Order: sequence, then C-alpha cells, then structure tokens
Amino acid sequence: MKSVMSYLGAIGAAQREAMDADERVIIIGEDVEANVYGTTGAGKARAAEGDFLQRYGKNRIRNTPISEEIIVGAAAGAAMTGLRPLVDLSYSSFTYLAMDQFVNQIAKNRFMFGGQASIPVVFRSAMFYGLNTGAHHSDRPYPMYMNVPGLKIITPASPSDAKGLLRSAIDCDDPVLIFEACPLWPMKEEVEEDEYWIPLGVGRTLREGTDITIVAISGAVPEAVAAAEELAKEGISAEVFDPRTLVPMDIEGIIKSVTKTGRLVVADPAHQTCSAASEISALVAEHAWDSLTAPIKRVTTPDTQIPFSPALEKHLYPNRLSIAAAARSVLKVSQPV
Amino acid sequence: MSSQLSKEFLLEAQRRMVRIRLFDERASKMVKRGQIPGTVHTSIGQEAQVVGACMALGDQDYMTGNHRSHGHPIGKGSPLSPLMAELVGKATGVCKGRGGSLHLADFSVGSLGESGIVGSSIPIATGAALSSKILNNGKVALAFFGDGAANQGNLYESMNLAGIWKLPVIFLCENNLYALSTPAHTVTSGVIASRAAGFDIPGIRVENGQNFIEVFDAVKTAVERARSGEGPSLIEVVTYRFNEHSEGLRLGVDYRDQNEKAEWLAKDPIVLFRDYLIQESIATAEELDAIFASVEAEVEEAFEFSQSSPFPDASDPYLNLYTEPFEVYA
Ligand SMILES: Cc1ncc(C[n+]2csc(CCOP(=O)(O)OP(=O)(O)O)c2C)c(N)n1
Ligand SMILES: [Mg+2]
Repeated sequence: MKSVMSYLGAIGAAQREAMDADERVIIIGEDVEANVYGTTGAGKARAAEGDFLQRYGKNRIRNTPISEEIIVGAAAGAAMTGLRPLVDLSYSSFTYLAMDQFVNQIAKNRFMFGGQASIPVVFRSAMFYGLNTGAHHSDRPYPMYMNVPGLKIITPASPSDAKGLLRSAIDCDDPVLIFEACPLWPMKEEVEEDEYWIPLGVGRTLREGTDITIVAISGAVPEAVAAAEELAKEGISAEVFDPRTLVPMDIEGIIKSVTKTGRLVVADPAHQTCSAASEISALVAEHAWDSLTAPIKRVTTPDTQIPFSPALEKHLYPNRLSIAAAARSVLKVSQPV
Repeated sequence: MSSQLSKEFLLEAQRRMVRIRLFDERASKMVKRGQIPGTVHTSIGQEAQVVGACMALGDQDYMTGNHRSHGHPIGKGSPLSPLMAELVGKATGVCKGRGGSLHLADFSVGSLGESGIVGSSIPIATGAALSSKILNNGKVALAFFGDGAANQGNLYESMNLAGIWKLPVIFLCENNLYALSTPAHTVTSGVIASRAAGFDIPGIRVENGQNFIEVFDAVKTAVERARSGEGPSLIEVVTYRFNEHSEGLRLGVDYRDQNEKAEWLAKDPIVLFRDYLIQESIATAEELDAIFASVEAEVEEAFEFSQSSPFPDASDPYLNLYTEPFEVYA
C-alpha cells in the first residue's frame, strides 16, 4: 500500500523498519531522543505514538554529547564488533570534526587489516543549503568523501529513493554516508509503505529524452526535471538521470543515456572544483568520447563560500534557469523570446 | 590479586614478555639489514606494561593500539609468524601484507588494530565497549596510547562518552616519558592520570611500570570494574623505551639524559620478573631459561616463515576495500 510521505517522513519510516528488523541497529546522535530533526518519532513530542525512544528504549536510541569525533569513532568501533549503528550527524558540515575517524579508521580499517573488519555503519547528515543559514551550515561536502576509497556515498533526491536507499545502506556491510538535501524536505509523494530496497549503484531515469542528457545530483534533481519541462516547450527533448548513489556510481547508466543523446550537462550543488560533476564529466569524456557531439557542461556552485543574505545565496546553486541555459548552450540554441 | 596467580599464568606472562623482546630485537635487525621495508617502533623496555595490561584482559576482550604496535598483539596472544610476515609485507601476513608494522591487527585474539595516527584508535576501543554494553556480552575493551597521544582531544571525548554511558573500556596511557623527541612534561599540563577526575572516573598512575605485577593488578581492578558495569578507568603507566623512537632513526641530538637512560636500563622488566620468580621460588632458573630458548625458536620460525612466504598478488588493488565490491571505472 502507498501513502503520501515527505522526504523526512520516508527516512523516519526506513529507520523504523530497520530498527524493527534487526536488534543490532541502534540510533545515536545529538538530540535524537527528543526527535529534534524529525526522523526518530511520529510527532515532535516525546512519547507520542511512534516515538522511537518509547518504542526501542534508551539502550538503542541514544543522545550523544556534541562530540562528533567520538560519535563517529565509537560508531565505527561498535560496527567492527557486532552492531549496525545508524548515526545522525544532523548537519553535513559537522562531519569535518570527525574527519580523522572517517578517513583514517572507517575507510581504511577493512582494507588495511586484510579484510578482518567489516564496518556496517550509516552516517546521515543534512545539507542545509539554500536556507540562509550562512557559510557554516550550508555545505554540500559529498565530493570530499568521494575521494576516500572505502566509503560508500548516497544522495537520494526523493522520498521514495530515500526510503529504499537508506534500507540498503543499513543492510550494507560497508560504511555508507548519506547526504540529505534540505531543499528536498518539503517534497511529498506516494511512497510504498511495505519494505523495499533500492540497490546502491543503480541510477534512475526521471524523464526520457533524445537531444541531451542532464545528469543531476541531490537537490539539483527536481530543478533538472523543471528545466527539462521548460526545454520541452522549446522543442528540446532532455533526458534527466539521477545516479542516486555517487559511490558506487552508475556510470553505465549515464553512458547509456549519453550514447543516445550525444550531449551532457551535469547539475551538481557542490562547489565546482573536484565536484561529483567533475568526476562524471571526466568518466564520460574518457569512456564515451565517441558518442559526444558537443562539449560537456557542468552546472555547479561557484568556488566561493556561501553568503548569508537571501539576496546573495539562492542563485549560486544550480537551478532550473541555469540548467536550462547550460543545455541550450551545449545545443547552441538561444532561448526563445 | 597477584597472590592468586598460578605458576602457569606467571610463566605465560614471562613467555609473552620474552616474545615481545626477542621479536622486536629481530625486527630491529631486519630493518637494519633491509629485510623490513620502512621502519618499526619497538616495545623493548615496556614489556611489563604491555603484557601486564594484556593479561589482565580475557581472551575475548578487545584491544586497540598505536604505532608502537608489535607488543600489543603479542601480549594478547597472537602467534608470531603471521605478525612477522606482515612486517615483511607477505601474503601470509596477519593483514595479508596490506597493513605493515603500523597496522597490525588480529581479530582472533581481540586485537582490533594498531593505528599509525596518534590517538586515532581510542574512539574505536570506546565503540567496541559500546557494542559490548548494548549486546550485553561481558566483553571489555582496552585502548593503548602514549603520553603524546594523551594530548589528543579524542581521548577526552572518549572518556566523557564512556563516563556517561558507563562503557566497559580502559584507557591505558603508556607514559614512556617522551613523544618522539619531546619530553612529556614539556607538553603536558598536569598529571595525565589526574585528568580522569574531571570525568568522575578512576585515574590510576602506576609509577613502576617495569613491574608486571603492579601493572597487572591496576589493570585487573579496572577490568573487573568495567565488567561489573561500573564503567571506564584511565590508567597511566610510567615506563621507558630502551631503543630509539623508531629503528634506524638518527636524530643527531640526544634528547635523553645518559644518567636517566642508565637508570631505566637497570630496570629491565624481564630481568626484574625473572628475579622475582626465582626469589619467590615460583620458578627455577632452568625453567626460565627453557622459556627463553623456546621463544628464541619461535622467533626463528617466524623469521623463516616471513622469508619463505610469497609476496601478495598485485593484480587486485581493491581486495578487501569493500565487503560488497563493485566494478570500478578506472
Ligand atoms: C596524529 C599524528 N601526529 C603525529 C604523528 C607522528 N608521530 C608518530 S609517533 C609520534 C610520537 C608519539 O608519542 P607517544 O604517543 O608518547 O608514543 P610513543 O612513541 O612514545 O610510544 C609522533 C609525533 C602521527 N603519527 N600521528
Ligand atoms: Mg611516549
């Protein structure tokens, strides 16, 4: 049966399913007991029906101190010894305080110890960009982690993808970082209430097209769909593809689309340099050069810090206008007036 | 507590201390002869501190360590051959040649890994204690780290978390008075053990870390406390490394006073324990000589194993990067 779920509601549903399915799954993080971020309870009030603390108890739902390094490190140590922790790091910018644990322990331990460790742990964090929270809370840092072999990275862009991908992440025996885009929070759609899993490394075609491929990531996905609708009115048929997971990346899905359209725009809310868009562009250039009939174009966030003022922030990220403009420039057509 | 220790147990302690000594002496030679690539950090001089702590743990208990890395798994009971093969980078190494001296790990004896990043494995031990607590399996975790690592912030985050959640973890600081060339007192405000007070957990300083029994007793008390659900402890053991920070390192300055060195060299933990065992009529000189001889043979065997083993197959650079691997577009 399907019901309407928000992005956060779908994440909450996946967390509840996973907690019910496996005793070894625990949730730790700041303010998870009071359901401050809306994924560990039914309502905002403690002890409301569906409240995780009431349902699973203090042993499996744990508020942590504001100590990201030990939150992340302890989750890793617990994962190496029999638990499957689900860690709520709240804002993505806070992951930096635990960089040593992510890079030196979590990503390396299995490899470095010759396969003796497996580290089934999931780190959730939200990218609060586009909400005038200023430079400290607005980061979209997934490309930094894409550069660290040993981690898996997912960026679901819809409620149903969030639910299915999170279940797969929790069931995966490797460490997974999930980056959730706050601009997607208001999004609601019909989501299957029963359990389902979306495999990591399999992208999704949101819209079929023949003239140009728009690969879009995270919060850029709905913008790319809107751009494609706009382009359709001008007679341009754009295909929109969301890789959904960045590591592993569904590069075959991307290449298949590019082989059909011959043109590629990549829309990615990260900073341009070494962005996911950069990696996708490089892979397509290396592996599908012969299919390309025009240069690739990236639509990213400029390499500057995020300003606070509403007058300054919003237009920095890829949006329907900038994505459509990039598509027209690749197609060498001008916008009809 | 120590009075209840069986002869068998005490001889096993001496055996493990001798294993560390002879293993590390051999490793040192191998570095100098170019048989081990890179360098190694020996625990020579610190054997009582290492083995006293390891043997206070049960076989199933967890342990993490640091760059001074061979003693910990040996102390926990890991066989020597796969460790030696790892130092040489062989396929038969305990980490299949992917770790090397800095990253030994032997999960079969509860060794969850040594860390080349100073302090970085302390949170891992804390997390292992969290899983023990939640799974209620009675296992205790111990984190070995140096006086240098005692100034890493993650230790304090770990002590705080372990304190509020009463995690069965022991933070064991091997204070060998120096972090590389830096005297501990020049970079350490106050006494390391006293820092536990701020977290309302026991902070014990073992002044004579060259004495197996003293280290064992202190750690055993902490282990029992942890196992009974009372939470973490910080133990600072004062000891001394007899060799240079790492083998082959030539700094050109002698940062350690000659008299200080001579005083500590006179406090050789293996000699002290041997004398104790003989004086207390627990063992005879012949029995202890026999232990020494059998460990010599073990180390020789480990060396031979490391030499005769094949190097790993280089064809798969991604081996064990993930449990669920995927095709890489390179
Ligand atoms: C985070 C980090 N900083 C610096 C180093 C370089 N380094 C390796 S060992 C060491 C000294 C460590 O001293 P201590 O913790 O007292 O251990 P000891 O070597 O004395 O056993 C240093 C500075 C490192 N490996 N990791
Ligand atoms: Mg030291």
